[in-house]
This record gives sequence, structure tokens and C-alpha cells, in this order.
Amino acid sequence: MSEHHKETFLTKYIFSLDHKMIAKQFLITGMFMGVVGMTMSILFRLQLSNPGESFAVLEFFLGEKWAPGGVLDPNMYLSLVTMHGTILVFWVLTAGLTGTFANFLIPLQIGARDMASGFMNMLSYWFFFAATLVLMYSLFVESGPAAAGWTIYPPLSALPQAIPGSGLGQDLWLIAITLFVVSSLLGGLNYIVTILNLRTKGMSMSRLPLTIWALLIVAILGVLSFPVLLSCALLLIFDRSFGTSFYLSDIIINGEALHNTGGSPILFEHLFWFLGHPEVYIILLPALGIVSEVISVNSRKPIFGYKAMVGALIVIAFLSFVVWGHHMFITGMDPFLGSVFTFTTLLIAIPSAVKVFNYLATLWRANIRFTPAMLFAIAFVSTFITGGLTGLILGDSALDINIHDTYFVVGHFHIVMGVSAIYGMLAGVYHWFPKMYGRMMNKKLGYFHFWVTFISAYGVFFPMHFLGLAGLPRRYYTNSAFPMFDGLTDINEVITFFAIIGGLVQLLFIFNFFYSIFKGTKASENPWKSNTLEWTTPVERIHGNWPGEIPSVERWPYDYSKPGADEDFIPQNVPLKEGETEH
Amino acid sequence: MESILVGLIILLSVIVLVQLLRVNELISEVKNEDPNEITEKDNNTQGILTFLIVGVLFLAFVLWQFKYWGIHILPPASSLHGATIDTLMNVTLGLIIFVFFLTQPVLAWFSFKYRGLKNSAAYYYPHNNKLEVIWTVVPTLVLTPLIIYGLNVWNDITNADTTNSKVIELYAKQFNWTARYAGEDNSLGKANYKLVKGLNELGVDMEDENAGDDIITREVHLVIDQPVLLKMRSQDVIHSAFLPHFRVQMNCVPGMTTQFGFTPTQTTAEMKEQEGEDFEFVLLCNKICGAAHYNMKMKFIVESQEEYDTWMASQKTLKNTLTLN
Repeated sequence: MSEHHKETFLTKYIFSLDHKMIAKQFLITGMFMGVVGMTMSILFRLQLSNPGESFAVLEFFLGEKWAPGGVLDPNMYLSLVTMHGTILVFWVLTAGLTGTFANFLIPLQIGARDMASGFMNMLSYWFFFAATLVLMYSLFVESGPAAAGWTIYPPLSALPQAIPGSGLGQDLWLIAITLFVVSSLLGGLNYIVTILNLRTKGMSMSRLPLTIWALLIVAILGVLSFPVLLSCALLLIFDRSFGTSFYLSDIIINGEALHNTGGSPILFEHLFWFLGHPEVYIILLPALGIVSEVISVNSRKPIFGYKAMVGALIVIAFLSFVVWGHHMFITGMDPFLGSVFTFTTLLIAIPSAVKVFNYLATLWRANIRFTPAMLFAIAFVSTFITGGLTGLILGDSALDINIHDTYFVVGHFHIVMGVSAIYGMLAGVYHWFPKMYGRMMNKKLGYFHFWVTFISAYGVFFPMHFLGLAGLPRRYYTNSAFPMFDGLTDINEVITFFAIIGGLVQLLFIFNFFYSIFKGTKASENPWKSNTLEWTTPVERIHGNWPGEIPSVERWPYDYSKPGADEDFIPQNVPLKEGETEH
Repeated sequence: MESILVGLIILLSVIVLVQLLRVNELISEVKNEDPNEITEKDNNTQGILTFLIVGVLFLAFVLWQFKYWGIHILPPASSLHGATIDTLMNVTLGLIIFVFFLTQPVLAWFSFKYRGLKNSAAYYYPHNNKLEVIWTVVPTLVLTPLIIYGLNVWNDITNADTTNSKVIELYAKQFNWTARYAGEDNSLGKANYKLVKGLNELGVDMEDENAGDDIITREVHLVIDQPVLLKMRSQDVIHSAFLPHFRVQMNCVPGMTTQFGFTPTQTTAEMKEQEGEDFEFVLLCNKICGAAHYNMKMKFIVESQEEYDTWMASQKTLKNTLTLN
């Protein structure tokens, strides 16, 4: 077997071809970026709750130039908001989440020695790493990082005269995202090919764990939608640097009339959201997969309605391609199109409701083991419900008129895809940590981390709905210019308070993570008494995953508490007993 | 000096944490148990906590917010179509609040009720097609009328007849708004960005016969119960004309004209009586447009026909502004 080979430090930890090591590289890079993005959010929250006040911490991080006297500069405020969004959406919740769990789980759960192409997989990480360096570098350029919002709508993002962040910072942003798309495509193609071709004997599609189903669908979504983002970004690079007019028309900036005519910013919005909406599900679906697995294992019960769960994933994925226009109801798009997008958008509520009810049915008459991972999975169901429901308001074009781009939207998407996906990711880390590092994470710290996170996440994002219903626009440096918002200060203070608490407790998680890598108690081969194949591999990491033959699969992954069995779990490689039927 | 101190404090807290974890592990070792195994006691504690925090504390927090922060929600719409949006909003909010208070307690209750205790066992229940059909069909049945209702409201708003509406242009640029009334002929003169120069700050083509009677203003006055059609343009980047009290929002996009028609139903004076003396109808920018995005506003005033006529009589037409100066 070619995978069992001698490894040097360099091939083991740096230019590793082993999917498990690449997964850890994605995870740790994602965690680092998570801390950066989270710190940014706390910095701009300080300004939002205490506008114009001086904070030593602002000057410490941003320096005399961007926080003179400790007061945040309005341009830097927009840069922070932009970079926070970019980092969290792409670096943490796309690469950090999918990169980690697709790499780690796909070969282990389908019974393969590695990815179809280990080299492409390595390239995928290193393109991501290069993207990270470029994006981080943009934080330090003279004119500041990109500042046109993470959606970088032109002309604001195209004209350095419009905002300083649209200078070199925006160029670097576009280069970073281009590298990111390459990384994501290399990864995605690999995931698809691996899942379709390298399943072990007996691992039919109907025996795939839901994690793998979710990751497969995510990879397909990514491969179909990221190229559109790439073309969208390329056209913007052309407009910025080579004088084309794809997105620009009839513009006077700083008293100068530009030559561009005939372009349309709406074209950009269509291209952007054609990726942008599937992207939301690229973020959410892996979390749905992880949560399905974690809930089933720790409920000691099969996931309820396996086929419906797969069906719902497929329907959501399909619909995600035909709803992008709901981001554009009030852009001047044809109102008839608005009707179509309202219709398709609200349809997503149906498969989402099916998933929620199936989770509840799984918990019904379960025998729940409350690992920290399980708590995060339960919290995921809670935020998925809360955030999903407000989607019924935003997806309705008539209602969107008055809450578009207000804090209502910020509250909605942070709960339904931000917090939910982070919960999915944290559930995954707590759950698979023993398999990743051969040790256990500290459970008490895990519990403490969970409860503080749960309370502060709702403390931050639920009140935002009220800000939005009061009409407060997002991305305002301060709302002091409008007396109608004067009463909102106490809400903003509550939000900032919980943001700081919630941010600090993540540092405790990171401490627990690194402490446990080196000092955690030793894990056994299958600490959660789980059925899936990764738990049949030895504790010691080897490239190639199984020392001997790859186990063959004899049953579906959810035989928990099956009547007639000796224990409350039957791993997938255990043959059916005589007379036993498969679920 | 300060940063060294902060660094030291962080270092010390990490060391303290490590020592605490060590002590914890040593105690477990003495007791001969695995410190990270999930015990029945853990299941019990965490199950109860889930019930108390997810099922009680969180839901109480939500109710508390409605009670104390509900007053910040915008007052009822001051426009004709706005009232239909508000009704749709209330119906939808009612529905989602109902589902919210139905599902969250079930989640918390199941987590608590079925926490793993001694001798408890899970019930092998992989699927039930009948149940699954029910919870596919029920959401569909609930959503169908909601979708149809929403589409009707949307169509009424976007397809409203605007032939008798007074036409007003909103012109956005970094970082202010300008309005242009279409004048006596109720027809805006053509404009071209290349004509923006000096006093002709909107680039109106003065050779167009509709242009002369256009009137440029810094605030917008509207007559109660008279329909208006706002036409939006932008000079530089995308802005968004947001009039929250009228339930009006439309992006202003360079290179094209967008529009939104509505009919105000309450005067500023009436709103002052209701909401306090400080009340004004305002136009905000609601699309990130640069450093002073948060500061971009214009006053809207709704008044009677007489008040409006008096104000309008004091405004100069574009022809006067551009030729007399």
C-alpha cells in the first residue's frame, strides 16, 4: 500500500498528503482566522454601543492612524465590518468548516485510505494558505483593507476615490478570493470524486452517513457556484484596473466624470449572489450533516427519517440555486422576478421544517448522553429554528422592503448561518477530537464553554431583530445622526456586553483545544460507542487509516439501540445476524 | 509597560488554568475514574440545565425583549401600501412566534425528559412515513396561503397605477440627497451625468422642454393622501433611499433610474402629536456608500395642500436658478 510510507517532519506536518493532517491544517488556520474575525467584531461593537468614545484597546489594535485617540475611524469601521464578514463567511465557515470535516471525515467514514488525489488535496490547503496570507497582508496596507462590505458591490468597491479601502486593500481582497476559489475547487472536485469512487465494499449510497451526504452536496454546490464568483471577481478586477465598464456607468466621483457607460452594478449583484446564496448553504449543510451524526450517536437512536433527511438536503441544495434574487428585491430588479424569487425562497421552509421535526423525533424517547458536542448539536437545532423562522419574513419581498439591510437581516443571518454553523463546527470538533488527536478534550471546560456561548450568542443576535424593526440600517458607524434611533442605546449596550463575554469564552475553548492536544486524557478507539467506520481505526494516526484490510460495510450507520442486539450500538462493519433485517 | 502587564496577566491565567485542570485530573486519578467520561450525573445536570436555559431562560428573555424593547418597533405605517405591509407582517410574525413557542419548548423538554439515566434505554425508531408525510404536508399547507398573500401585496405595491402621481426625483451622491420636483408639467427634464456642472448639480438637460419648470430642493414636502412617484438616480455609488415610516425602500443605482410609488396618509403634525415633538419623517441611506454613509439624510414633510402650496410658491424653478444667476 503506497500510503504506508516513511514520513519526515516536513511531509508529516507541513506538506502532508494525509487527509487527516490536511484537515487539521484547515482547522487550525480556520480557528486562527476565527479569532481575528471575532476580535474585529468586538472592536466595532465597542464603537456601536459607545459611539465616539475612546478605548485603549482600539488604539492598541489599530494604532494612531485608524483609531486616533482611541476613537475608531469611520473608514476603518467599514473595513472591520467588511473583513469580519469576509473572514467569517469564507475563511472560517467555508474553508474552516468544510475544509476540516470534508478532509477528515470523507475517507474515514467511507472506508478509503485517503482522498482520490492527495496531492490536489495538499494544493487545496496551500492555495487557501496563500489566500490567507494575502488577506492578512491587506490589513496592513497604507490605505487600509477592503471596506465596501463583504459583498463588495461596485461602484463602491471599484473606485478608490469613493473610499480608501477600495484601493490596494480591495485589490488584495480580490486576489485573496481568487486564490480561495482555486483552493475550494481543488478541494470540492476531490471530495466528489472520492465519495463517488472510493467507497469501501458494501458502502452503498444508502448506507452513507449523513455527514458524507451533506459534504457531497456541499462539494457539488461549491463546484457549480464558485466559478461564478471567480468570473464576478475577474470582471471587477478588469473594471478596476483595465478601464472596462462591466459594472460602471454614468459616474461622477470627486467632481470627475468617468468615461464608463453602459455597465450595470446589478449585473454584479446577480453574479455575486448566484454564488452568494448557495454559499449560505455551503456553510450550513456541513453543519446539518455533523449535527445529524452527533445527535444520533448521543441520542443512542437512529436518526429519524434517514431518507427524508437526505431528500431534504437535496431539495434545499437545489432550491439554493434559484433563490439568489431575494437579496435583490429592492435593487430595481423587475418586480415580477421578485415574485418568482419570493416563491422559491419560501419553499425552502418546507425541507427545513422536515429536518427540524426529524431532529425532534430523534430526540423523542432517546437516551441522551450530554457530551459538549451533543449540547452544541441541540443548540444548533434551536438556532436553526429561530433563524429559519425569521427567514419567512425576509424571503417575502413585500416585507423585505422595510427591513432590507437593517439589523433584522444581521440578526437573522448570524443566527441561522453564523451561529448555527459555528455550533455545527464546534460540535464536530468536540466530537471528533479524540479521533483527530487521540486524546479527549476537557469536558468541564467544554460544558462551561457551551453554556456561556449559548447565552451570549442569543444575547448578541436576538436583540438585533428589535433594532431592525426600529428601522436601524446595518453598517452605520453610529446612529447618532438620527434622533429616531436615540432610544436604541440600551439594546446596543446589551449586544456589546454579550459580544465581549461570548468572545472571551472562545479563548477558553482554544485553550482547551491546545491543552488537550498535548495533555488531554488518552482516548480509546471508540469513546462515543459510535457506528461509523472512522471509529474502527487505531488511536495512533497512520497514513492509510487502517493498518490491515479496509473493513467492509454490512449495515447502515444508525443501528443504535436496535432490539435484539447485545449493546446499544452496532458498528457498520458488523455483519447482519441471521434473520436480522436492515432497518 | 501596560502591554507587558497585560501579557503577564494572560500568561498567569493560562498557568492557573493548566494547574486547575491538572488538579482536576489528579483527583479523578485518585478516585480511579476517567475525568472526561460522560457520567450519569453529567447527563442529569446537563439535561436539567438544557431545560432551564433553553426552555425557560431563553424564552423568558425573548418575552422580556418584546415587553421592554417592543416600544422601539416602528409606529404603524404612514402610507397607504404600508398598512398592507404591516398587516402581512403581523400575520407572518404571529405565525412564526407561534411556531417558535411550539418547537423550542419541545426541544428543551425532550432533551430534559430523555436525558440518559440509569436503566433508561432508547427506543429504536428509524422512521415513520406517515408522520413524515404529515410534517411535510402541514408546512406546505400553511405556507401556500402565506406565499399567495405575500405575492398579492407585492404585486399591488409594484404594479400600482402611478399615472396621477406627482413625480419627484431623489438624487443621491456621497453624502447627501437632493430632490427634484417635476414642476407644472409633472414631467422631469432629461438628465445626463456629463452635464453636471456648477449650479446644474443634477445634470439636467436644459434643452429638454420638460426641464425648465423642474424645481430642486433640499427637503421633500408631500401632500397628505396625494400619490407620489419617487424616481431615484445616483451620481457615484449605489445608495438606497429608505423611508422607514412610509415602508418605502429602493436602491439608487448609477447608470439607471429606479422608482417607488406611494401615498402618505399621515401629516408630520399628526405624527408629532402621536410620537413626540422631535418626530420627523426622514430619508436615510441604507446601502453602504462610504465613510459618511451613516450621516446621509433628508427631511420629508407631509402637510395639507395649502401648506404645500405656500412652500412650493417660494421655490425657484430650474430655469430661474440657472439663468438668473
